[in-house]
Amino acid sequence: MDNMEHKSANEWYVSKFKVFEDKLNGQSKSFLHDIRKNALNNLVELSFPTNKNEEWKYTNVAPILKHNFLPAIISTLPKIKKEETKQFLFKNFDYHLVVFVNGLFAEELSEIGHLPKGVIVDGLNRIAKNNPGSIDKYINKLSKIDNAFNALNTAYSYDGLVVIVPEGIVLEKPIQVLYLNSSKNDLVLSLPRNLVVAGKNSQVSVIANYHSYGDKTYFSNIITEVYAEENAIVDLYKTQNENDESYHIEKVQAIQKKNSVFNHYNINFGGAIVRNDINTMHDGQNVETHYYGLYLAHGKQHVDNHTFIDHAKPNCMSNELYKGILDDNSRGVFNGKIIVRQDAQKTNAYQQNKTILLSKTATIDTKPQLEIFADDVKCSHGATVGHLDDTSEFYIRSRGVPQELAKSMLIRAFANDVIDTVKIEPLKEQINHMIFEHLHRVEVENK
Amino acid sequence: MLSIKNLYANVDGKEILKGINLEIKAGEVHAIMGPNGSGKSTLANVLTGNKNYEVTNGNVLFEGRDLLDMDPETRAREGMFLAFQYPIEIPGISNATFLKTALNEIRKYNNLSELTSTEFLDRIKDKAKILGLDDTLISRAVNVGFSGGEKKRNEIFQMLMLEPKFVLLDETDSGLDIDALRIVSSGVNIYRNPNNAFLVVTHYQRLLNYIQPDYVHVLYKGKIIKSGGKELALELEEKGYDWIKSEELETEKV
Ligand SMILES: Nc1ncnc2c1ncn2[C@@H]1O[C@H](COP(=O)(O)OP(=O)(O)OP(=O)(O)O)[C@@H](O)[C@H]1O
Ligand SMILES: [Mg+2]
Repeated sequence: MDNMEHKSANEWYVSKFKVFEDKLNGQSKSFLHDIRKNALNNLVELSFPTNKNEEWKYTNVAPILKHNFLPAIISTLPKIKKEETKQFLFKNFDYHLVVFVNGLFAEELSEIGHLPKGVIVDGLNRIAKNNPGSIDKYINKLSKIDNAFNALNTAYSYDGLVVIVPEGIVLEKPIQVLYLNSSKNDLVLSLPRNLVVAGKNSQVSVIANYHSYGDKTYFSNIITEVYAEENAIVDLYKTQNENDESYHIEKVQAIQKKNSVFNHYNINFGGAIVRNDINTMHDGQNVETHYYGLYLAHGKQHVDNHTFIDHAKPNCMSNELYKGILDDNSRGVFNGKIIVRQDAQKTNAYQQNKTILLSKTATIDTKPQLEIFADDVKCSHGATVGHLDDTSEFYIRSRGVPQELAKSMLIRAFANDVIDTVKIEPLKEQINHMIFEHLHRVEVENK
Repeated sequence: MLSIKNLYANVDGKEILKGINLEIKAGEVHAIMGPNGSGKSTLANVLTGNKNYEVTNGNVLFEGRDLLDMDPETRAREGMFLAFQYPIEIPGISNATFLKTALNEIRKYNNLSELTSTEFLDRIKDKAKILGLDDTLISRAVNVGFSGGEKKRNEIFQMLMLEPKFVLLDETDSGLDIDALRIVSSGVNIYRNPNNAFLVVTHYQRLLNYIQPDYVHVLYKGKIIKSGGKELALELEEKGYDWIKSEELETEKV
């Protein structure tokens, strides 16, 4: 039965490819289209993962596969006014704004503004048309197709964020990318295909801000490739605040050259079934990787974070802190994989996953996965699962603060060491605000 | 102000308080001394409503009202305050935010208007000055990274800010250096007036030189086995607890 279901999902998406190709008018001879056609073959062959697959043991994607989603490019786009997008944006700081509706670049909603010479911030489709030479050496060179989800994204890859920062340029303002998704007209499959390239000695900060427009079911299936060249610093903030009916899968695949720093922040609020794969490979010495994660879930939400750091070179460090706050019947999954290859002497790798369960019925499956083949390394990992501390709650209440507010304070206290790492101060405040909003709890204003 | 009658309490099913009787009137300072594990902190926790401590018998009236019936926040709003033996750290919440929230909750309950930001800041400045508290300590997260002494000082700062009627000090003197002990004590003495009352838990007579008690009680195995004036503390400092214990044994025999 299971197999049948999955096979029919493959068939459905393969069957729509012709419609997609027709829509491309004329663009079917590009480098991108060769990639698509290869991926289509993969989509025929590869099955969608089941719980039998070790990597997907705790996450059942059958509810996603039972819908026949329509890739956004061949569906009817909702009309969204610029005014309406304001409510979804992080504010009180300057940024270059790029907006995608159902994964398609919305020029009229974007405000990219002035960019330093040579910097590209644009939609993939436009770049593929106008300047394919700037991206053909990057697209799909990092991400390997190893399951039907990434085959699906790649076969239909059409639009998404492209950021290219040439050597030596420090982009002062962050790039805020609003991904608005909506199944207003059809049951939509949103397929952003993102690329961030930070050249030698460059710096860039991207805020990927995912929201729903409306409360209907849709499916986001995303791939993001990140290149951090020598000495580059890349900050990638992801906040996912979509509706509780939506499905969200993203694979981030990064490569880091020597002396580069990659900071990935993964703040998750929404979604019915959410799966993040965040993979980094060290391709040079003295590399730094920081993964920060905060996931909040309530109701029947299911949030699965799989992280991977491939320590392939000596003298590199990675530091990972993932925290979860789970309420009601929600379920969390954390799998933190670290490989320290034989060559990677003097590696420092730290990993922590901490979860707080706010109800008796919330659950977490947490698993560190350390594979160490070098001998001169420092690695540590830890996982804790607990409840809000009684004594702390009593302390706060003993000052006259009501119980619910005391709990809010403790939640904030728990999330603090993740949120505190956010470098953009107004963003930090707004994320804090979202925590309380999401948990339907009384807010603590820190002033 | 506070009237404790025949109070029994359990922790984890183990009986810790075994019939406490104590009357404390407005304007009085009572000290409780007693060996480790005798139940001093238990009494403080029971009076402030920590639900890990289960009252099995007896009653407590606070200004004529049944204290044990109230949740911890109501007790605080009615004017109870405990300076904790081990203050708790709350990352991400500044001392100022914490106090403003608490103070306004208390004021709301007592039908007072919330303080404006200026009023609140003025009050912080006033009280901080009394204790020689650094400004940075006020903007920092509650007790996070505070030294032992700073934590204790911060408890007294909270007391001054919240202006409770009844104050329990649970070993506030432990961990304080000599100067800090003097400053903290003077903070307490400044606050002391005919309308409030204190129950001071300590192991050392030294604190009682600064905060002069009207009564001293000895708590032993969950019972008050001796009460006296402040000279009792001196006697305890000199002779320890053994002589009272044997007195107690003898009375038990009779
Ligand atoms: N939360 C708790 N869980 C288990 N046992 C407890 C708890 N709190 C107190 N106790 C026990 O109750 C007894 C009395 O403890 P309490 O803290 O009241 O003593 P104390 O007089 O304050 O001692 P000290 O002078 O060391 O502070 C001790 O045996 C202690 O181990
Ligand atoms: Mg004690």
